[in-house]
Amino acid sequence: MLDLLKGIWTVFKHSFRKRETVLFPEEKPNRPPRWRGRIILSRDPDGQERCVACYLCAAACPVDCIALQATQDEHGRRYPAFFRINFSRCIFCGFCEEACPTYAIQLTNDFEMSEYYRPNFVYEKEHLLINGPGKYHDYNFYRVAGISIGGKGKGESENESLPVDIYSLKP
Amino acid sequence: MGEPIRSIIVLAAIFVGVLATAAGLIWLERRLLGLWQDRYGPNRAGPFGSLQVVADMIKIFTKEDWIPPFADKPVFIIAPSIIVVTTILSFAIIPFGPGIQIANLNIGLLFFLAMSSLSVYSVALAGWASDNKYSLLGGLRAAAQMLGYEVFMGLSLTGVIILAGSFNLSDIVNAQRKMWFFIPQFPGFLIFLIAGLAETRRIPFDLPEAENELVAGYHTEYSGMKFGMFFVGEYMGVTLISALIATLFFGGWMGPLLPPPLWMIIKTFVFICFFILIRATLPRLRYDQLISFGWKLMLPLALLNIVVTGAVAIAIN
Ligand code: SF4
Ligand code: SF4
Repeated sequence: MLDLLKGIWTVFKHSFRKRETVLFPEEKPNRPPRWRGRIILSRDPDGQERCVACYLCAAACPVDCIALQATQDEHGRRYPAFFRINFSRCIFCGFCEEACPTYAIQLTNDFEMSEYYRPNFVYEKEHLLINGPGKYHDYNFYRVAGISIGGKGKGESENESLPVDIYSLKP
Repeated sequence: MGEPIRSIIVLAAIFVGVLATAAGLIWLERRLLGLWQDRYGPNRAGPFGSLQVVADMIKIFTKEDWIPPFADKPVFIIAPSIIVVTTILSFAIIPFGPGIQIANLNIGLLFFLAMSSLSVYSVALAGWASDNKYSLLGGLRAAAQMLGYEVFMGLSLTGVIILAGSFNLSDIVNAQRKMWFFIPQFPGFLIFLIAGLAETRRIPFDLPEAENELVAGYHTEYSGMKFGMFFVGEYMGVTLISALIATLFFGGWMGPLLPPPLWMIIKTFVFICFFILIRATLPRLRYDQLISFGWKLMLPLALLNIVVTGAVAIAIN
């Protein structure tokens, strides 16, 4: 019986505590830098799309909400013809970001995505693509990857030496 | 002003007041629970969220009122109204001030006990008519629970009746001019408080509802305003028990300075808030715990209270 009264008193003392609620629209909650929110597609420092349409994010996505179609430009650079994320299915697990070899797909700390009309949750590439490099400022996949595309031959990447001429006897 | 007009005004005021209180309690309870759980509760609609009541009303009146095809229709429809009717009728006997009372019954308390026993039919029948095993379990629990608390509820009031020498609530209030009854009748007060909690089927005695075991207990199948009636009935029950505690143990409308009805309202609201505080604190009892608590602890205590009070009353006279 005494414990009951003690419990009631403890609860009553909470009347004078600070309330924990964050009054959301007026007051923004604190979001840590690695918060997993609305997904974006970033560009490399040269302003080119980072995504190489490798499908790894779509394969990693546990709820299968990413759809894309690969295509190539005249230099042999791959990019997605369309890139679609259905945010009404996305669970913001961040697996796509983990899987992406080029840092193209990134989760941001924006979560205010409410919509009145359900199809509005399907974001196309023009909604996803931003004009900056996102969280990784200096990374440019084509400058470190060994493949040759227009304007860059084999061995011209950073930290890469020219290919060895296997027919030459010179050291 | 003629006597009939006066009684009609009193009747309308009490009726509207009770209904408004019951509706307002939806908001008050959520705000207070929020306060005690370090959050806000509804605070968007209107000042401090008070228009939430209106929003809830609109919602519940416009919701689809569905009767399941397997239900026992007439009983299903009557059940929710029983609880509202019996509870409103009980308010007739409560004096809100000298002469401000709908019916000055000389058996007022007995009338209240009768009505509170009837209200259990609402829950039991709702459970029965729903033809759903969870509802039925809820209804059965309500019936068994009533057997548990109804006995000591009546007995706990006997001390007050002995002291006041009357069943009439106005007489009981007048008998408290020298001393409020919760001092000489403290055990009776505690026992009635506990019985009142069980009577209103609120935590820790909300076994018939028990949403985490029985879906929603007896009102699982109810929707729309029929569900709303159970809700309003529950809140009116809380108001009724609070008003009765204030009347029987805390001097009713008596108090300095302020007008009597205001005192009555203040005291009632203090107990309503206390009920909500209890809901914020305690977990639900188990079924067998409630029954054995009622029969093995509360009943003997209530009997002891009667014996002692009776002995003292005889000794003094
Ligand atoms: S965050 Fe998870 S669920 Fe959402 S798109 Fe990426 S992988 Fe799929
Ligand atoms: S976003 Fe990344 S993982 Fe997905 S297709 Fe483009 S490059 Fe591959």
